[in-house]
Amino acid sequence: MKAFEGLRFKRTSSFIHQLDPRVKFVLSCVVFILAIMFTELLPLTILLSVQLPLVYLAHVHKEWLSSLRSSLILATMIFLTNVIVGYMSSEFQLTSSVLTYSSSMTLRFVTLVASFSIFFLTTSPDDLGLALEQSHFPYEFAFAFTTAVRFVPVLANEAQMIIDAQKSRGLELEKGNFLKRIRNYLPILIPLIVNAIRRSLELAEAMESRAFGAKEHRTNLFALKIKMNDVLVLIVTLAILAFSIYIRLYVKIPIVEIPTF
Amino acid sequence: MIKVENVSFTYPSGVNALKNVSIEISNGEFVAIMGENGAGKTTLVKQFNGLLKPGEGDVYVDGRNTRDLSVAELSKDVGLVFQNADHQLFCETVEDEIAFGLRNFGFSNRVNKKRVKWALTLLNLQEYRKTSPFMLSGGERKRVALASVLAWKPRVTILDEPTVGQDQSQKERLLQFVRQLNTQGNTVILVTHDLEFVAECDPRVVLMSHGRIVADGPAKKILTNPKLIKKTSLILPQITQLFFRLADLGFPKDVISIYEAKELINDFVARRS
Ligand SMILES: Nc1ncnc2c1ncn2[C@@H]1O[C@H](COP(=O)(O)OP(=O)(O)O)[C@@H](O)[C@H]1O
Ligand SMILES: [Mg+2]
Repeated sequence: MKAFEGLRFKRTSSFIHQLDPRVKFVLSCVVFILAIMFTELLPLTILLSVQLPLVYLAHVHKEWLSSLRSSLILATMIFLTNVIVGYMSSEFQLTSSVLTYSSSMTLRFVTLVASFSIFFLTTSPDDLGLALEQSHFPYEFAFAFTTAVRFVPVLANEAQMIIDAQKSRGLELEKGNFLKRIRNYLPILIPLIVNAIRRSLELAEAMESRAFGAKEHRTNLFALKIKMNDVLVLIVTLAILAFSIYIRLYVKIPIVEIPTF
Repeated sequence: MIKVENVSFTYPSGVNALKNVSIEISNGEFVAIMGENGAGKTTLVKQFNGLLKPGEGDVYVDGRNTRDLSVAELSKDVGLVFQNADHQLFCETVEDEIAFGLRNFGFSNRVNKKRVKWALTLLNLQEYRKTSPFMLSGGERKRVALASVLAWKPRVTILDEPTVGQDQSQKERLLQFVRQLNTQGNTVILVTHDLEFVAECDPRVVLMSHGRIVADGPAKKILTNPKLIKKTSLILPQITQLFFRLADLGFPKDVISIYEAKELINDFVARRS
């Protein structure tokens, strides 16, 4: 359940929170493109570090760090896989370039997690839904998306209550061999799923009795508007993208190598 | 016996749900823990079977510190039935559901069979033995949940909000049942804010508010104290309200049960005529 913490929206107000979700999405996508564009350690390190000021501006450093921490296992796996494959394909020698390449791949992954974590931490599900809608996604899609995001904490909470109830009936999750342990989770999964289905049916009824889908075009109480700050951030983001493309094409990036021992 | 010594508890989210709580519950007692929503009642009873361990202070069950025992070990003596039965029902038949706890505690098959039958009869569920718990009504599901805990005969039974979502006749049956359980020597702890329900059972009442125990004593004394009751967002039982208004005629103010009220009125009428 902890793994979701790093993606869960934190309701505070900051410069970053107030940016238009579409602009933030473009920002995250640009980070994504840049992370794919470069394979060298230096630019990837820069890419990761330029995100730090954003994290501090948004006051989400605790949650952001926890999402990085939960990506650690996957990052380690990426590193090890790359090292092993590189080691085997370079005639069983642990060369400096294998280590460097593996580190960049790992850094690339961490950079991506970092940037999307900032996006989800600072964008409320409602804003995200609005953004999808105003970008001409079908409303049903936007609604399903925001509902799913909103129900994650509810589900996590419910899972905890179910675990408590079953432990009170003598269930011991960590008992037995591997197969038995998987079976131990049945008394938790079944009520969780049954309740989720029951709730979704209730939600559907409640929505229909409030005329969901009655009219082809819905109107919204709130609409997203691009503000001055959004334009500025967008310009800076695109400028960075253009600059990076220029560097990629015409500048030789200094190689930082990780030495072998 | 349950003994809580200066226990404080804070959830990881930072909510300070228990503040220096101390209480002792002896064997065979009948206790109602009452208080407003969020007072910390559920958090307190979760300390009794070890689901939560105290942040500060200690909880002892029969002299054993709950920190040294697993939830399973404690639950064998302290049965906790949660408010929402849907958080625990998962088996194909009511029978299996009731046997789940018994199997976890390692009872033999022979004992299992006997206990399942006993629990089915106890809660009047015999006809649903082979029915899926998911097909039952809300009240019946609650009874299955209760039966599934009582089946292993825990010495202490805790019911968290048992009357929520029950109709009047179900409540009455529950009331009888709970009393019966207690007269057979079981410790019964009710967590509820159903004042009328508690007024009918006349237990020891522990009143909680904002993570603290603010009063502890016989129902008759606590439920008729307007100041205390108001503090915990409850209202006086209807019978008590009536006797407050009858006080001018010389009636006592501390009346909570219908039976006592009837006696008093009978006396009054007899004296008048
Ligand atoms: N799992 C939890 N995580 C964080 N806070 C909780 C949790 N459970 C309860 N709380 C908080 O602790 C306080 C006491 O809750 P609880 O013991 O459930 O109250 P009651 O049962 O008296 O209604 C409340 O403020 C509640 O919001
Ligand atoms: Mg509660």
